[in-house]
Amino acid sequence: MNPGPIEFASLSVIALLVAALLTPLFSRRQRLLIACCFGLTAAASLLAVVAGAWTVSRGNAEKIVMLIGLPDLPFHLRLDPLAGFFLVVIGLLSLFVSVYSIGYVKGFLGKRSVTSLAVFYCLFLAGMYMVVLSDDALIFLISWEVMAAASYFLVIFEDERIENRRAAFLYMVVAHVGAIAILLSFGVLAGLASGFGSFDGYTFDAMRSASFPIGGATAAFLLAFFGFAAKAGVIPLHVWLPEAHPVAPSNVSALMSGVMLKTAIYGVIRITFDLIRVFPWWWGAIVLVFGLLSAVMGVLYALMQNDLKRLLAYSSVENIGIIFIGVGLAMIFTSFKLPLLAALALTTGIYHVLNHAMFKGLLFMGAGAVLHATHERNMEEMGGLIHQMPWTAALFLIGCVSISAMPPFNGFVSEWLTFQAFLLSPSLPSPLLKLLIPMGAALLALTGALAAACFVKAFGVTFLGHWRGHHRPKVQEADWPMRVGMIMAATACLLLGILPTLAIGWMDAVPQQLIGTSLGTSAGAFGWMWLTPVAYERASYSGPIVFFGILAIVIAAYLLLHVRPGTIRRVPIWDCGFEKIDRRMQYNATSFAMPIRRIFGFLFNVKERVRISRRTAHRAFPARLYYSLHVRDRVWGWLYKPVIRASFWGARKVGRLQQGRIQAYLIYSFVTIIVLLVFLR
Amino acid sequence: MNLAVAAQIISFLAALVLLCAFGMLVQRRMYGLIHLFAWQGLFLSISTAVVGFVAGKHHLYISSLLTLSLKVFLLPYILHVLIQRLKIQKEVETVVNVPMTMLIGIALVIFSYHLTAPVREISTLVTRSVLAIALATVMIGLLMMITRRHAVTQIIGFLAMENGLFFAATSATYGMPLVVELGVALDVLIAAFIFGIFFFHIHTTFDSLDVEQMARLKEGD
Amino acid sequence: MNLYPFAMEILQVLILLVVGPVFVGWVRVLKCWAQGRSSAGLFQPYRDLRKLFSKDVVLAENASWIFRFTPYLVFGTAVLAGGIIPILSTDLPLGATADVIVLVALFAIARFFTALAGLDIGTAFGGMGSSREMTIASLAEPAMLMAIFTMSLASRSTSLSHMAQLVMSGQSVMRPSVLFALLAFILITLAETGRIPVDNPATHLELTMIHEAMILEYSGRHLALIEWASMMKLFLFTSLGIAVFAPWGIASSADLIAVGAAFFFMLLKLGVVGAGLVLIETGLAKMRLFRLTEFLGSAFLLATLGMLSYFILE
Repeated sequence: MNPGPIEFASLSVIALLVAALLTPLFSRRQRLLIACCFGLTAAASLLAVVAGAWTVSRGNAEKIVMLIGLPDLPFHLRLDPLAGFFLVVIGLLSLFVSVYSIGYVKGFLGKRSVTSLAVFYCLFLAGMYMVVLSDDALIFLISWEVMAAASYFLVIFEDERIENRRAAFLYMVVAHVGAIAILLSFGVLAGLASGFGSFDGYTFDAMRSASFPIGGATAAFLLAFFGFAAKAGVIPLHVWLPEAHPVAPSNVSALMSGVMLKTAIYGVIRITFDLIRVFPWWWGAIVLVFGLLSAVMGVLYALMQNDLKRLLAYSSVENIGIIFIGVGLAMIFTSFKLPLLAALALTTGIYHVLNHAMFKGLLFMGAGAVLHATHERNMEEMGGLIHQMPWTAALFLIGCVSISAMPPFNGFVSEWLTFQAFLLSPSLPSPLLKLLIPMGAALLALTGALAAACFVKAFGVTFLGHWRGHHRPKVQEADWPMRVGMIMAATACLLLGILPTLAIGWMDAVPQQLIGTSLGTSAGAFGWMWLTPVAYERASYSGPIVFFGILAIVIAAYLLLHVRPGTIRRVPIWDCGFEKIDRRMQYNATSFAMPIRRIFGFLFNVKERVRISRRTAHRAFPARLYYSLHVRDRVWGWLYKPVIRASFWGARKVGRLQQGRIQAYLIYSFVTIIVLLVFLR
Repeated sequence: MNLAVAAQIISFLAALVLLCAFGMLVQRRMYGLIHLFAWQGLFLSISTAVVGFVAGKHHLYISSLLTLSLKVFLLPYILHVLIQRLKIQKEVETVVNVPMTMLIGIALVIFSYHLTAPVREISTLVTRSVLAIALATVMIGLLMMITRRHAVTQIIGFLAMENGLFFAATSATYGMPLVVELGVALDVLIAAFIFGIFFFHIHTTFDSLDVEQMARLKEGD
Repeated sequence: MNLYPFAMEILQVLILLVVGPVFVGWVRVLKCWAQGRSSAGLFQPYRDLRKLFSKDVVLAENASWIFRFTPYLVFGTAVLAGGIIPILSTDLPLGATADVIVLVALFAIARFFTALAGLDIGTAFGGMGSSREMTIASLAEPAMLMAIFTMSLASRSTSLSHMAQLVMSGQSVMRPSVLFALLAFILITLAETGRIPVDNPATHLELTMIHEAMILEYSGRHLALIEWASMMKLFLFTSLGIAVFAPWGIASSADLIAVGAAFFFMLLKLGVVGAGLVLIETGLAKMRLFRLTEFLGSAFLLATLGMLSYFILE
């Protein structure tokens, strides 16, 4: 038998599970353990990438039925273009991050044992691969739980800090609320597919061949969207994300933000486009509205952060929003039977999935390198790192430029395509939608512009200027494995940006599978240089020309102006002739975001306090000034506080049952048995 | 002048009327507000004349002239005098901040578009697409009355609302009967005078035209 | 192989490089006349640039490569944009490289790096400029894109050449959406090119400057490149506006007379736009920073109304 892609993918999962099992054996020799474990995960990830890429380019599906599982309920695996695409996304970033981890995890040596990190890292990857491979509700949920549990243990890895334990707990709660919703959704679908009396409906195949009544399908969709949105961090279900992602080790944060969130996107696409297939337009509208909300609010919250990793986590909320915009538009177009437009919108969505995985992974790896070097996450305590960490700075900059949607990098391509999808909305038959959907384009534009501001802040405050902190640690550049991991991700960002036509041509199998139409004929109609979605007259973009054009002009100008050598003199800072300049006069993260905080302040819960010390001759010349600023999520107060209060109230009520007397407990059991017997006669 | 060109001109004027309405919504200066109101009246009167020409309804010329004399010259003049007498040229204060007001205004436009969709489908008039704009003008006038604190801006809001109603009547049915229009014009004129007199009284009583002050009239505090 | 389009491309870039400074000179001359001062002449910007190019670069001791790279990048994006916007002819080989959205993003990347350069030295002014510039940009960009989307709805294309050709074909006279989009575009151009009432290009008053604050530490050829690029930016925004809203006269066929006429019309339109700009700048005072929300909000409102009126009225 010739091994096909799905055998490769299974082999990759098996390799990860074996690695997870074998790793504890090496726990005495941590250095060897790091090299072996992360080397193995890198190899396994490469295997997964090959399997996924192969499937997508072949454009067909393969299945395996495993003989393990519950009696009569075997596990089904399936590798189709959609699964293959997500396998590539997850595999690519896992490959980069695994290489990076070889260097990064060494930072923990001598402080704590990294065995648990390595074990759960392998399980986490295996869980993610299994989620996209699974083809029945049972194994999907098992993999989903493996992924969630493994990531919980990764978040809590540095468990001596109370904030980490709190974050991990919050994460666990939200993940499980979401998982329950997904479980119920699958229950509804399976029940409708085969009747509530039998279990046969649990395979995705059964669901695919069934036709669902609209009421049941809507219930299933809403439950699934709630569950997946909780995992993806869609506002207002995002609160766990900025808590949990920053406290995890940075390589894990990169994976969580870069790819774990994408499994939720995968889930939504799988359920709507593949399992339910026929749906009304307002499902898409729901996804679109939540996408827009997450995009705008996510980036605004990101702008307000001072913690580098928290900023990146909020920016993930924003990008998930952008992806959901694409998916939502695709759903609207599909329901109005406009397959070509739907294919375009879906392509923008999944292209952004790939792009976001690359640049967010890169940024978290960069943040990890900074954390590794300075032991600091607070940007107010950083600055000027570009001089000590030139590699990290340059690579982080590539990430920043990509995420801010600047040509010629990849973030721009997906944003540009999303705009094109928005601009096609006048083809919709409903007049109100025609009017409302282009408004979404304005919000997307606002998001893009704010993201640029946000990443000017992130890069500028962290790497530029002078050191802002109190005591200055000795900073060393990241070591080679870390650099290589980041370089690979940065290269991917650039390549996906200047060669989008090839990438989109390759991933065309996904819309082909789900919608039945692909962009292939139109998007690459003018060769690999020109990206022309829909039609040449409509819009076109050429990544290579933009990139090489700018490069050529820059080089030409540089060479022309350097005919006179040695004309640069290094002098102290001028600053309009001000002499007493010191590093505390620099703009920092808080002051940079101040104008935006004032303009959009009504969206946050801002507590700003200025206190002037008493000992002063005149109010205008205070000796000391204290400034404190707290910016909080409003959602927390509106949505979560009441829920928390209600559950505590409920818990107190239930707590009264606890009497401490054995007879009372026996009575409870007795009454329960009587009641059950009455009802289940 | 053929029908298509007329329709284009009317749409264009409708857009200008809407622009004036939004201008009034965000304008902070009292005089600017009155000028915008006058401009709105002017566009309205031209548009009425064009509709009259296209539809062949000659009484619309009269209402156009009426609009011109009343809303472009007389009422702005009265308001001008009022402001000078009361010395209230300074900036207008708003209750809700300006960008927020704009967003609400946009939402109102979309809402009126949605609301008038059924009419648009059954109507055959040249002016049917303008109806949404007219309705939006009415709503924005009302919004202006809600968001402004100054009594003079409230009357301008009221008058802008009346403009919208007039515009709606022209665009939906090629105008009301002349008698009704004359009556409405008289009403507006008298209302303006009464408002003027009231302003003097309010001003002498409260020393201000800020309507928030009137909260003091409430019993019990 | 047909060399004509490539010749046009080179010609356009040359015009951009040459006419950009003259246009700024023209605006300054008009402004001087309007304010009763005597002017330094139409070609003063050239003399400024020549002076700056011949000077040595004085670089702050902690300037990183970003600081030195930025001027070249800013210059590069401006020149590339000149090859994309139909200034003289709609038949450009680079025209298909980028549509309007890409063009906006090209300006955005220049701004991104300028803002980083402002933060690089670590002075209070630089940071202030960067922070304000990014704030203004984040409000101006949505409005800009909305205005452009409104125009592209009618032409069903975001490619500039196609948009220009549609307007030239004369199908769209007296469209309310065009009026709104044009008004919005004017407001945004004022903001993006740093003119009064958003920013004052002539001031070095510490607390009011935005763009100048970011580039305060530049000198010599670096400063020359940035100044040149910002002159080109004004020219480019004007040309963009002309191409989208009033493209009459731009050559769409390959013959020399048409190109010559296009050049003549371009000068004519630039003259008019310059006069309009001076009227605005002389008539208005610079706004407070936080009033700009309303200014740019109005731009956004106008652009949105344009889009709404496209659907409602057309």
